Amino acid sequence: MARHVVAPVGDIPAGECKLVSIAGRAIVVFNVGGEFFALNNRCPHRGGSLALGKLTGLVESPQPGEYCYSRRGEIIRCPWHAWEFDIRTGRSWCDPQRLRARQYAVSVEPGAKLVEGPYKAETFPVSVENDYVVVEA
Amino acid sequence: MNIELKQPLRAAKSKLAIVDCDIHPRATLEDLRPYLSNHWWHYIQTYGLRPRHGHVKGYPFPKPTPLASRRDSWPPGGQPASDLDFTREQHLDFYGIEHGILNPLAPSGQGDQNADLSAALAFAINEWQTADWVRREPRLKASVVVPYEDAEASVKEIRRRAGDRDFAHVLLLSRTSEALGRRRYWPIFEAAVEAGLPVGVHVFGYSGWAMTGTGWPSFYLEEGVENATTTQTLIASMIMEGVFERYRDLKVVLIETGFGWLPALGWRLDKHWERMRDEVPHLKRPPSEYLREHFWVSTQPMEETDKPEQLIDVMKWIGFDRLLFASDYPHWDFDDPFVSLPPSLSEAQRRAVYADNARALYRLG
Repeated sequence: MARHVVAPVGDIPAGECKLVSIAGRAIVVFNVGGEFFALNNRCPHRGGSLALGKLTGLVESPQPGEYCYSRRGEIIRCPWHAWEFDIRTGRSWCDPQRLRARQYAVSVEPGAKLVEGPYKAETFPVSVENDYVVVEA
Repeated sequence: MNIELKQPLRAAKSKLAIVDCDIHPRATLEDLRPYLSNHWWHYIQTYGLRPRHGHVKGYPFPKPTPLASRRDSWPPGGQPASDLDFTREQHLDFYGIEHGILNPLAPSGQGDQNADLSAALAFAINEWQTADWVRREPRLKASVVVPYEDAEASVKEIRRRAGDRDFAHVLLLSRTSEALGRRRYWPIFEAAVEAGLPVGVHVFGYSGWAMTGTGWPSFYLEEGVENATTTQTLIASMIMEGVFERYRDLKVVLIETGFGWLPALGWRLDKHWERMRDEVPHLKRPPSEYLREHFWVSTQPMEETDKPEQLIDVMKWIGFDRLLFASDYPHWDFDDPFVSLPPSLSEAQRRAVYADNARALYRLG
């Protein structure tokens, strides 16, 4: 495990995601209302790219005829077979024990701290004034 | 959304030859205009299409994704599988597809209530497939789309394409307005046999009848599983009516029907035949023998069983020489060639399903 600076915070606005490559792994980083989460980009069902999926919420129903929509923006639906994954945990809705996208720890760090290391070298300059998204992978 | 990665071509990893038996190119009516007479272009502009279902401008059932397609399959400015270069890059080259069979679904005129318009659109979509796809991309083969509710017009279209190696098979949709074994459809089978072409039956289509014996179901999910019952009906009809006694060289390809239910259908047909054989004395053999001799089945949508050996047992019953790999590109329930078949298949079984069966059936060089 190493910590990788993947983007300035401003590069991933709330409600969006960014696909990054860390040591050959495709990892998708989500900004859910200011909180950042990172999942392996490969859908554990059949391999679709989660970064190209639809960011959505959860439709649930206490009984036939009643619907509720919750957790807006916290569910990613695979662009292929529409499997739903909880961005906060990586677990699929339909089979949470077996089908889960690998999750990576994410933190937001001030540039001033990153300049001191120990972090992986990145392809963009880190300035002390900005905050950065850091993925542990 | 930022996308920085481009996955490497997965084709490079695979030595397995792949024939994809179900690719859906999508035309717009404007694309078909060069192949329609002024009369029909004017007619479409003025009066429009007349499908047999109640939702003229949309789907009878809402789909889970726009145009029922993979969300990553939209080329810039166009619809999924409307652009040959994008289709090459995302699918044919990406997976190293050796050959692909085109099965255009809509607009193709099939099932339109105006019989002459139905025939004109079928002709146009066949011209479009060859001009815009097959002649530009030799890996692809077209379907002879026929206005199947009008056997005479269908025969004309099949004869027009007979001998043209750009076409792989005759294409019908599964929900015909009468059971498919009825004699009104026999001229289509006869012309297909004469032309040396298999008859592909792709699921969906709207006949005007409700799709189940108890009406229209409420949900798209139900429509998806209903395809199995329609297909069971057409198989039983074709066998019971004696189609395969009359047309012994007829080959039927079931496309996107699923196949987990096929053995049960065969068992049940045989059981009833043993007791009521004299009702259908024109049948000379148990129904399941016709089934296994005359029908090929495409793999997508693959049943996903918890125990892969159950799926393999089903495949063995159908016959590993009868299964044809299909991806259904660009639709949302697309099967990725590299992860869809059970990994425990033998090398010989994989070669048969991925390519050899389709090469033999469609005489692919």
